[in-house]
Amino acid sequence: MEKTIVARTGNEAMAEAMRQINPDVCAAYPITPATEIMQIFSSFVNDGLVKTNLITVESEHSAISACMGSAASGARTMTATSSQGLALMHEILYIASALRLPIVLAEVNRALSGPINIHCDHSDTMGERDAGWIQIYAENSQEAYDLLINAVRIAEHRDVSLPIMVSTDGFIISHEMERLEMYPDSEIQKFIGEYKPNYNLLNIDNPITVGSLVLTDYYLEHKRVQHEAMKNAMKVIPEIFAEFKKVFGRQYDFVENYKCDDADYILICLGSTAGTSKVAVEELRQEGIKAGLLKIRVFRPFPAEEIVKYISKAKAIAILDRSESLSTQAGPVATEVKAALYDAGKIIPMQSYVYGLGGREIYVDQIKDVYRKLKNTKISEQVKYLGVKE
Amino acid sequence: MAAPKQSAKEPVKFIGGHRACAGCGFPILLKQMFSSTKDPVVIVSATGCLEVTSTIFPFSAWKVPFMHNAFENSAATCSGVEGAYRSLKKQGKENQNIKFVAIGGDGGTYDIGLQSLSGAMERRHDMLYITYNNEAYMNTGIQRSSATIMGAHTTTSPAGKVVHGKTQNSKNLTEILVAHEIPYVAQTTVAFWQDATSKFSKAFSIEGPKFINALSPCVPGWGYHMSQTVKVSKMAVETNLWPLYEVENGVYKINYKPKERMGIEEYLKLQARFAHLLKPENKEIVENIQKFIDWRWEQLLKKEEMTNKK
Ligand SMILES: Cc1ncc(C[n+]2csc(CCOP(=O)(O)OP(=O)(O)O)c2C)c(N)n1
Ligand code: SF4
Ligand SMILES: [Mg+2]
Repeated sequence: MEKTIVARTGNEAMAEAMRQINPDVCAAYPITPATEIMQIFSSFVNDGLVKTNLITVESEHSAISACMGSAASGARTMTATSSQGLALMHEILYIASALRLPIVLAEVNRALSGPINIHCDHSDTMGERDAGWIQIYAENSQEAYDLLINAVRIAEHRDVSLPIMVSTDGFIISHEMERLEMYPDSEIQKFIGEYKPNYNLLNIDNPITVGSLVLTDYYLEHKRVQHEAMKNAMKVIPEIFAEFKKVFGRQYDFVENYKCDDADYILICLGSTAGTSKVAVEELRQEGIKAGLLKIRVFRPFPAEEIVKYISKAKAIAILDRSESLSTQAGPVATEVKAALYDAGKIIPMQSYVYGLGGREIYVDQIKDVYRKLKNTKISEQVKYLGVKE
Repeated sequence: MAAPKQSAKEPVKFIGGHRACAGCGFPILLKQMFSSTKDPVVIVSATGCLEVTSTIFPFSAWKVPFMHNAFENSAATCSGVEGAYRSLKKQGKENQNIKFVAIGGDGGTYDIGLQSLSGAMERRHDMLYITYNNEAYMNTGIQRSSATIMGAHTTTSPAGKVVHGKTQNSKNLTEILVAHEIPYVAQTTVAFWQDATSKFSKAFSIEGPKFINALSPCVPGWGYHMSQTVKVSKMAVETNLWPLYEVENGVYKINYKPKERMGIEEYLKLQARFAHLLKPENKEIVENIQKFIDWRWEQLLKKEEMTNKK
């Protein structure tokens, strides 16, 4: 297949993916650093490059509400947001997943206020990790583009039928120009196919009631079904990724295993920090330290078995959380990895870190230091702050 | 517009089995609305009495497509429904002629849903927004809203020893919608069948955003006998508390002018929520209510006059 090589920022890459997906409806509201996605997409709409009905709502709460109305009416529906915008959607995110509406959301990670801050961390999406949405974290523009295309198929798969968010690191990826391989519009259309909704509000002859009041007698059953849908996503995601590889040649998985197989020391992180960590791994290996990196790409559903598979032979593990759950224990990634290891009957020394909040830079040297400390110092059960001024 | 007799023969779209109280206003309103169009209707509702009493899973009282999302977003959700319809129609994937109706109580409309409503109206979606205004948050146990009138006892504006019910007048939401300069805005109430159905019919015949504010009596919230719904609704109009009027493309028309407006006390007497106002020491509050009603009526007359000048 013919691929076009271009230079694009993360936001441009996501907007291009949206253009090629060509959704029926898009409802969104501006917020830094995601604003650009919708700005670019608005030009696509007004230049007649897409058929999308763009609904420029008055808030993110209304954006996601309109997306729900649209998806329930048989239209392929997308939106984009960040931070406070995602938080404002919070209430409705849960309803979207409960009503099994396969909305696709392009997310650009930004710290939650307060203090107000526009730079990257994962507190926004981590705050929604229990909202019943599939969550995928992209490391770079290419992943953002590819995964947004995959997201449509995953969300709309009959056995899944769940909303999905694909995120990039605010500014670090969203505003950084990178090499991007784009595929032809027609191939994307062929790959995603027609949207065939599970139900349609506009079916007048067979009227349905959507969003009923469900009391003690059926609520638990509704949640159980959502649980099963997430489990189905565990099966469906690799199938779609495999199909994507066949067509477009790029391999994706729940996690990315970067030299974990023989590693003594493994670092786990999400998003753009994985790129930085790969450099650290290479440099440490030059020094004779067997370092490995496990990047978690799909955080919901949580690929516990996949993770354990790659890290269970490590001598020690470091986990980098780019969000704080303020439990005084570890951040969300560390907590869930720990639980996965417990279920697998493994006890491996683990140092958890909180880093990069509010866009604080993370450098190769800092990551190398994390590895070295795993090797040379006693691991603390306390969560440590990386790069903080103390 | 359908006469009551005629509409009794039409297939029922909001069926029995719902759990609204006997004497509740909104089932009447729904009947009036459904009998005012032959086109298929899709309903999007806010959380509130109407929704919780009609969709207790697995039962549904709706024989038309119905969607409930949350409390404050029926207008935004309906924007998406209408937006999808518009998109699919443009692509030739949809060929029905559907009417979209968003519904909310006064809480879901005057208060928490005001932004969502304003946005939807400003974007000029082709939808009719109806608020069934029962002047309080009934579903959660009769709390005051900005539609609650001065002096009314609610559970968050109780008639106390020092403070005697709600201390503020109601917000004039109808006028806020007029300020949106949409094609059609109207006020009606359940007791006036002809008035309500002709307003619904007119709204359905107009493309673009429409808003109808319908006063909808509530038996436990207002404290009257369930047989008195129509009477209370009627008295609200006879006292000029709830004028029947419409604003079409900016032009006001008062649909009913009482020959002699009834004093508000007659209305207050009918309802337990005002019982405390009838005590001699609360006479001033009643006078203030009366003054406010008369002032608002005067304003309305002036607007009618001004917008009808040739
Ligand atoms: C965000 C949010 N806040 C509060 C509630 C609780 N709540 C549900 S219905 C309701 C009041 C509804 O009042 P109104 O819109 O007037 O409708 P009514 O019940 O009177 O018919 C409230 C406060 C909610 N569901 N969602
Ligand atoms: S409480 Fe009032 S509004 Fe609610 S169902 Fe009963 S009468 Fe109707
Ligand atoms: Mg109410």
